[in-house]
Amino acid sequence: MKELRLMKGNEALAEAAIRAGADAYFGYPITPQSEVIEYLMAQNTEERTGMVVLQAESEVAAINMVYGAAGCGKKAITTSSSPGISLKQEGLSYIAGAELPCVVANIVRGGPGLGTIQPSQSDYLQAVKGGGHGDYKLIVLAPATVQETVDYVKLAFDLAFKYRNPVMILSDGIIGQMMEKVELFEQIPRSDKVYDWATTGKEPGKDHVIITSLQLQPENQEKVNLRLQAKYKEVEKNEVLYESYNIDDAEYVFVAFGSCGRITQKAMELARKKGYKVGQIRPQTLYPFPVEILSKLADKVKGFLTVEMNAGQMVEDVRLAVNGKKPVEYYGRFGGMIPSPEEILDAFEQKFIGG
Amino acid sequence: MIMAENLKNPENLVYEKTKVLTDRVLHYCPGCGHGTAHRMLAEAIDDLGIQEETIGVAPVGCSVLAYYYFDVDMTEAAHGRAPAVATGIKRVMPEKYVFTYQGDGDLAAIGTAETIHACNRGENILIVFVNNGIYGMTGGQMAPTTLENMKSTTSPRGRDVKTMGAPLKITELIAQLPGTYYVARHSVHTPANARKTKRALKKALEYQKEEKGTCFIEVVSNCPSNWKMTPVESNKWMEENMFPFYPLGDIKVPQ
Repeated sequence: MKELRLMKGNEALAEAAIRAGADAYFGYPITPQSEVIEYLMAQNTEERTGMVVLQAESEVAAINMVYGAAGCGKKAITTSSSPGISLKQEGLSYIAGAELPCVVANIVRGGPGLGTIQPSQSDYLQAVKGGGHGDYKLIVLAPATVQETVDYVKLAFDLAFKYRNPVMILSDGIIGQMMEKVELFEQIPRSDKVYDWATTGKEPGKDHVIITSLQLQPENQEKVNLRLQAKYKEVEKNEVLYESYNIDDAEYVFVAFGSCGRITQKAMELARKKGYKVGQIRPQTLYPFPVEILSKLADKVKGFLTVEMNAGQMVEDVRLAVNGKKPVEYYGRFGGMIPSPEEILDAFEQKFIGG
Repeated sequence: MIMAENLKNPENLVYEKTKVLTDRVLHYCPGCGHGTAHRMLAEAIDDLGIQEETIGVAPVGCSVLAYYYFDVDMTEAAHGRAPAVATGIKRVMPEKYVFTYQGDGDLAAIGTAETIHACNRGENILIVFVNNGIYGMTGGQMAPTTLENMKSTTSPRGRDVKTMGAPLKITELIAQLPGTYYVARHSVHTPANARKTKRALKKALEYQKEEKGTCFIEVVSNCPSNWKMTPVESNKWMEENMFPFYPLGDIKVPQ
């Protein structure tokens, strides 16, 4: 039976974590995502599923608690918003380096610095290019709705364990704070699976398990890097997700993700009403990025407009995908400001049609 | 004639290396206390028969490679974060014995927040804190525990407490927290002291089984290489200079 509820994005994310069979959540309050830990605490998860929920002393501690729990082969998750995600970068680099699975959600707010508590997409590059030190990637999922937030929590855990890699849900203050109808998936039981890579106590007659990201010999560190790169290639081959709208006859393509993807969809409809043949690609995975479809479209359309709630970050990846075949323009608002569909349409007309 | 081969029989066996240490050659400098401290902890784990139920967390510092030497499941933490990593492990595997092994820079400088808050929550873990008053691995820089007027590569004219702060007695500090159950300071520079350290570590692990809260054992140790002394000189210097400021013994014992 379908379980439908009207839920705030952050609370739906928390509920999805419980239902995904998460073993542990470690977090620290920050606007606009504090409802996640509040909801989990209110749910008394220790009673409900046995899931550990702990308020850490900092974002740094929270991600390192995730590292410890993930190293035991447990499903661990943390959430935060931009300034807090900056603090987690050290831990994420270690988790990626040690090849452990975990889920991190960033309910992005505007920056830099303490910035604003209003929604933004200005952590795009940090999310998709690694974020911390060293050559590594996060798998990045970008929900546009509360429903996708819920679905991506489950998907994120699946991908994290499939590739033993941290997965980030790159949401924003709009999706985190708004209420929408959502269909919840059924409770997945917590797993007691013991993994041979996890620290669960040395088994008699077997080598002890060591979780580390340290290789003092450069030859060995290069091997680790080559293995990571091979893994990322697999991810790029298998896990790309995007939605396309009206691309069959499109002469122009809007590219936008997350909440901005929804606003841009409205702009596309307005453009269609004025007779412009506009389609849209909404990347749902930001890493891996939907390179192939954009490259294909570049052979037949006249140009692309990326729309972002930042100063132009994803546009770099769109340009790489299009590879100079067609013009790629950018329009965005930032610092917590949200573009309107009319503004986007104006920008499109100015850049492509001629004001 | 007495042949060495003939002596190798059980009744002549007076010492055996604990199986909780691997056969890997230690990378520590000659005369360094880490090797003995490792052995005491490994023997404590062995005596309690908990090798297969123990998970350790290595720090960043000289003992970064501790995971090669302890034959238990081990995780390498980022600098200073071992108590947070241990918290994550212990919370999802409460039936396991969890320890961290950390130096003074790791525990009392970059990891101060993680140390204090893990202790304040009373995490059921053992924190082993090896204090030699210097950053060993990076080549002898000033640590939070470097003594007043003590020279290091970043306090070449001696630690000036007016500008560099006073040495931090973090062990006394965390002993104030209700979450800590057993806090003691020992050394491993003589057989008698090493045995005391081992007894303390064993007790701490026993308290962990009883879920009493955080146990914190400091081992005041030496650093011949970076103190620029022979091992013997360094132990003498430690007795004369470190022990007066960091006195050995119990700091907080169960009531």
